[in-house]
Amino acid sequence: MVDLSLATLMTQLFTGLVLGMIFVLLAVGLSLIFGLLTVVNFAHGSLYMLGAYFGFFLFGLTGNFWVSLVGAPLMVGSFGLLVERFLVRPLYGRSIDDPLLLTFGLSLVLIEAARLVWGKIGVTFDPPRELGQAVNLGFTLFPAYRLFVIGVTAAVLVALWLFLSRTDLGLVIRAGSRDPLMVQALGIDLGRIRLLVFGIGALLAGLAGVLAGPMRGVYAEMGVTVVIEAFVVVVVGGMGSLAGAVLAGLMIGEVVGLTTLVAPKLSEIMVFIVMAVVLLVRPSGLLGEAGLLE
Amino acid sequence: MTPRFASRIGAHPVLAFLVFFGVFPFLAPYKALATQVLIYGLFAVGFNLLYGYTGLLSFGHAAYFGLGAYGAGIALAKLGVGSVWGGLGLGLVAAATGGALIGFLCLRRRGIYFAMLTLAFAQLLYFVVFHLADLTGGDDGLRGIPQLPARLPGLALSLDGSLAFYYFALALVGLAVVGLRRVLDSPFGAVLQAIRENGDRAVACGYDVNRVRLLSFVFSAALAGLAGGLEALRLTVIPIESLYWTTSGQVVMMTLLGGAGTFFGPFVGAATYLVLEDRLSVLTESWPLVIGAIFMAFVLFLPKGIWGTLTGGIHGR
Amino acid sequence: MDRRSFLAATAAGAAALSVPTSLRAQTREAIRVGFPLPLTGPFSALANDLQRGATLAVEEVNARGGVLGRRMEVLFRDDQLKPAVGAQRTKELIENEKVQFVVGGLAAHVQMAINEQTKKSRVLFISVSQSDEISARPDTSPLTFHEALNPTITCRAVGSWVAQNLGTRWWIVYADYAWGKQCNAVLTDVLAKHGGTLLGATPYPLGNAEFVAHLPKIQAAKPDVLLSATPGADNIAFLKQVTSFGMKKQMRIAQPLQWMPVTKEGGPDLYAGIYAGINFYWEVEETIPSARRYVAAFRQRFGTPPLDYSSYGYSGILELARGVELAKSTDSDAVATALRAHPEYDHYKGKQWWRGCDNKSFQDLWIIRGREPDKVRGEWGLLDVVNRVPADEHLDRSCAEKGLA
Repeated sequence: MVDLSLATLMTQLFTGLVLGMIFVLLAVGLSLIFGLLTVVNFAHGSLYMLGAYFGFFLFGLTGNFWVSLVGAPLMVGSFGLLVERFLVRPLYGRSIDDPLLLTFGLSLVLIEAARLVWGKIGVTFDPPRELGQAVNLGFTLFPAYRLFVIGVTAAVLVALWLFLSRTDLGLVIRAGSRDPLMVQALGIDLGRIRLLVFGIGALLAGLAGVLAGPMRGVYAEMGVTVVIEAFVVVVVGGMGSLAGAVLAGLMIGEVVGLTTLVAPKLSEIMVFIVMAVVLLVRPSGLLGEAGLLE
Repeated sequence: MTPRFASRIGAHPVLAFLVFFGVFPFLAPYKALATQVLIYGLFAVGFNLLYGYTGLLSFGHAAYFGLGAYGAGIALAKLGVGSVWGGLGLGLVAAATGGALIGFLCLRRRGIYFAMLTLAFAQLLYFVVFHLADLTGGDDGLRGIPQLPARLPGLALSLDGSLAFYYFALALVGLAVVGLRRVLDSPFGAVLQAIRENGDRAVACGYDVNRVRLLSFVFSAALAGLAGGLEALRLTVIPIESLYWTTSGQVVMMTLLGGAGTFFGPFVGAATYLVLEDRLSVLTESWPLVIGAIFMAFVLFLPKGIWGTLTGGIHGR
Repeated sequence: MDRRSFLAATAAGAAALSVPTSLRAQTREAIRVGFPLPLTGPFSALANDLQRGATLAVEEVNARGGVLGRRMEVLFRDDQLKPAVGAQRTKELIENEKVQFVVGGLAAHVQMAINEQTKKSRVLFISVSQSDEISARPDTSPLTFHEALNPTITCRAVGSWVAQNLGTRWWIVYADYAWGKQCNAVLTDVLAKHGGTLLGATPYPLGNAEFVAHLPKIQAAKPDVLLSATPGADNIAFLKQVTSFGMKKQMRIAQPLQWMPVTKEGGPDLYAGIYAGINFYWEVEETIPSARRYVAAFRQRFGTPPLDYSSYGYSGILELARGVELAKSTDSDAVATALRAHPEYDHYKGKQWWRGCDNKSFQDLWIIRGREPDKVRGEWGLLDVVNRVPADEHLDRSCAEKGLA
């Protein structure tokens, strides 16, 4: 039987938190891109993968983990700008399926390109010495690196929230997610905003990748299942709601973490069970708005 | 291939279908590939009924393909059903029932939420089948499906040869295509397309929109289930991946590639996708890169899909 | 480029691609062997190893004049690690390319789909995948041969050695699919036979490499040995997480099977001190003549020593050649009968033989341990050989247990 002592439970909650943070980074990016651009970005998992590989590359180049941490997301973000400008932009005004098919094709290309460039086996890179220890949290020893992931993600989310709620640009982005037509009618050029938002979404995915790399290893297929889970998180949180994406990401992270402890065989399916339950009870997800995208 | 020729084909769809697929095994690189195109074409046609004609995007259509396959497979391999028709029939019933149940639950929501619910149920089904390993073979797949002949009064047609199996499948797929054509041309079909164009208006006109949607879902699932049953007979083994979201994704890609909302689009898409993948993977190990690039090119240059572009969007959205 | 000309160009390209390959000029006299394997996907590195081993074997065969005076040809096809694709590729190889034999499969579930097609077409199939089912009812057939190890053999061999040498208080972590479940069942059984204690067993969904949840519990139980059936990239994630909790210092870690490419990817820091079973490690050439010849030939051809899966590919092809020579025919039934009539062979690591009832190859395997980073010899000298486990039919299920006479 399962030993559900307080210590085990607390460890579980922390583990779920780490898992949740990665989900949140991915879901927020996806939600931004979907909210403003109405693009279902199937390549999001590949951007996550690129973040991990770019992190490995920069680490190999400089031997400095911090350079990887900052550089990899920026590289992926820049790549995202290129993708929006040259591949996604031509598709505006067309059917909603087109970006789906395009980003799907793009993900195939990116995965194969990664294997061609970095080899088929996959690569590893490790966190710096300082973060390689286990920290005594009182109820258990917990890897310092994972606490670091929680910290970094929280900081980035706070920065993003400040940007979206306190700056003019942020205001336009939020408005554009709600009602792109109205924003355009007000004379604001959405083209540059779309570019920026795709870039930010890509950057967040890249950050998730470079953070996850040292925990799980870096290999070309690492983004494939992750993208589906990220979509589930976005839908559970409610399309177009960033707060929903954060809430859902953390919630699902914790649920999966606890399931792993109590009923390990169910942990893979739990994500879908949660989604089905939430959607059947709340039509537009946790914090989504009724009428959006129906 | 000019738009006029394409529209000529569009005017006599069933005839064109039979003529083309009658000779297709001799055009395709090898016969097993031709059969695969036929089967996945049918799967895509079923998906397209729901998506292109009714306007409902399903991310979990592998569930009905899988139910059809496992239904037929379990009937033939485990329950001792001694007839090909019995196996296929059971598979069809399983798929249609699954469609009715899952459709009923999912149709309570719309848009992307509907799509994700269909995905959730498909994954649930995958999980259940995966863990009922004694019945279904689990992740090793269901093996041991016997190679039975197709029995008609007075005849027993052996399905051992590739060509024989192809024409057997063609007969069944042809019947399904005829059935679909009749449905689409009927008043029911008109209501379907009315719902797709403007659901609220259809309600205002007094149509029972929910009932029509559910019926469409069930019919779509049945077509997918027939395809699944045929695939089970073809391979005599049912991989668990038949139920996985990657299979659902494949059928979406095939339909979009060919042109959603067109009658032949799904077949064209299935043929393109499968032949390309087959031939490219023989030429190079990096074939996913080439296919991905080709997809992107198609999307950028052919917004209505291949067939959609050719017909100039006669049936297009 | 406008849409119409784009379509025309693509149509022309597709037409060119769809011309049946049999129309192209080709020699029909060669003996053709189909080889489906996962050239794309997470195990493509292993597939490339299989390919190299098979290629070396074919070149050796052709260099000595071929088989029955005919050249041998191997046609590799990507099965994408999917059973449906594996089945389709096998059909293509048999129908279109007219191969006389099939060797291959890497994933257990794919090779069973391949096997269904070869059985239907009455083509001899030598599987190089790790699977218990392929050599048992209902999957096996007189034309189904199994060259590689299987979970029962590896887990009994490694499990017994671990129980006798490392300790008898175990915790098992295993992937929740056929191979992992079989490993868990066999390891549990072996432990019971040695009078040990199973403190716990933890399944996890394959590909979902998050173990941190379980590690504190495992630590608290204080096992002597932590056994892991975690394939591929999961293995690296598992060991990283275990290391980050400091567990390598608290208990021994053993795994029934370890793959060389994964070992290299993880690196000596990660794999130092980890015990595992393996079908072949090139340093055994020091004591085995056929291995010395094999390693030298492989080195000369590819510049690196042969790995675990290269050897399956190598041996599989050479056995086919031997069978055809013995049968003086390319008829699959004749070749199968000939191999059963002359079951012993030695291509690269010592004596191997086919068991008559299930066409299972019995062969030596080794217990290895990862070398400390400062003791590593060159790029591939990553392991210490700890023990040789000689081939033994008792390591596998008996013919009766497999449903065969």
